[in-house]
Amino acid sequence: MDASLLVIIVVCTALAFDFTNGFHDTANSMATSIATGALKPRTAVAFSAVLNLVGALLSVEVAKTISGGIVDDARITPAVVFGGLVGAIMWNLVTWYVGLPSSSSHALFGGLIGATWIASGADAVHFAKVVDKVVVPSVAAPLVAGIVALLATFLTYRLTRRARPSVSDRGFKAGQIASAALMSLAHGTNDAQKTMGIITLTLITAGTLAPGAAPPMWVILSAAIAIALGTYLGGWRITHTLGKGLTTIEAPQGFAAQTSAATVIMASSHLGFALSTTHVASGGIMGSGLGRQRDGVRWGVAGRMAAAWVLTLPAAAIVGAFAGKVASLGTGGVVAVASAAVVVALGIWLLSRREPVRPEHVVDEIAAQAEPHQVAA
Amino acid sequence: MKVDWAALGTVFGVSLAAVLGLVVLFGAGIRALSAREDARESGGSTTVPTAVAGACMAACLAVVVFGIYLIVAS
Repeated sequence: MDASLLVIIVVCTALAFDFTNGFHDTANSMATSIATGALKPRTAVAFSAVLNLVGALLSVEVAKTISGGIVDDARITPAVVFGGLVGAIMWNLVTWYVGLPSSSSHALFGGLIGATWIASGADAVHFAKVVDKVVVPSVAAPLVAGIVALLATFLTYRLTRRARPSVSDRGFKAGQIASAALMSLAHGTNDAQKTMGIITLTLITAGTLAPGAAPPMWVILSAAIAIALGTYLGGWRITHTLGKGLTTIEAPQGFAAQTSAATVIMASSHLGFALSTTHVASGGIMGSGLGRQRDGVRWGVAGRMAAAWVLTLPAAAIVGAFAGKVASLGTGGVVAVASAAVVVALGIWLLSRREPVRPEHVVDEIAAQAEPHQVAA
Repeated sequence: MKVDWAALGTVFGVSLAAVLGLVVLFGAGIRALSAREDARESGGSTTVPTAVAGACMAACLAVVVFGIYLIVAS
């Protein structure tokens, strides 16, 4: 297959992945605001889309981690990147359908690593770099966000205990909107970068860019726009689990949880750690649950989420390995992988249409749980 | 395997300091706003609480803007 045509296909697939990422991750930044009633679902999602766009334009450190480090760019072809991407997208769609907030980023790394490993050998994957920039931060960052959120929640309640309920209620709803904005911005600085990194990597493997080059402007812009669109159009399904399933959230907690998660993500993005915004947001929410009351986390739900996290990288790696191998066989391989991907994506989309989750349902769910919760507070 | 613990430590330290700083400022701001309502009801002067609340919220904004500036600047 003509190399430039393949590059175009990979760029389009990467942007599609970026779109599903926005689709998948709206929940991270907006779930707590929607759950506490600080923002209406539709407003929240539009707001988040715009800030994702801005965040994506702020930094390129994470993109450089991906394009210039975790795999040997001299030994892979655009076809391998394509296989890796398809693996990531498949895993993302499946977890989205089931409603698990697993990590789009780890799906991407898994897919890329699996595809490279099988197509070019294990030594084409830079495992040391993967551990340093991806695996260790992926464990550390949610813990850090959880600890910071725990202390922040405790302090917030302590400080405002004697404030008038009417004032603190209004204040924290405003604070929560501000912290949700930060969270969306942070999401753009880390997640949109991953797509930029992948496209840049493809251009390097195709010989269009020099090894180690920074992402060109059109790549930055198109990735930013794709994630913003995805954010705007998606996300109700997962907002379910994250907003209410994990812990019950009050406005001060949402404020503390999001400020913590957003700060941790932005600090990490700045240092080029490609972490999972999903995991960090969940860590923040759990920390703030514990900060308010010791039994404030549903450990069963948390355990199921952790299992999905651990599974994500290897599962996407297996799909990626398979897709990468087939795609690198030649034109027929690429076509086969692409059509399989389209069929699976369509199937999942059709399945999800049978019982769609809409903004109204999210509100219903929240309203139903709000009453006993206010008594407990 | 070389893990950059210093960078991870930086993330932890900076996040902790920034978030706790923000939370304390915001909490103080809310308390000042609440004191302002109290003063208004009892007919006292609202100048001091209003000024404190304004200063706290402005400081919050400054912390956030400075943080984003640090990311964009380099």
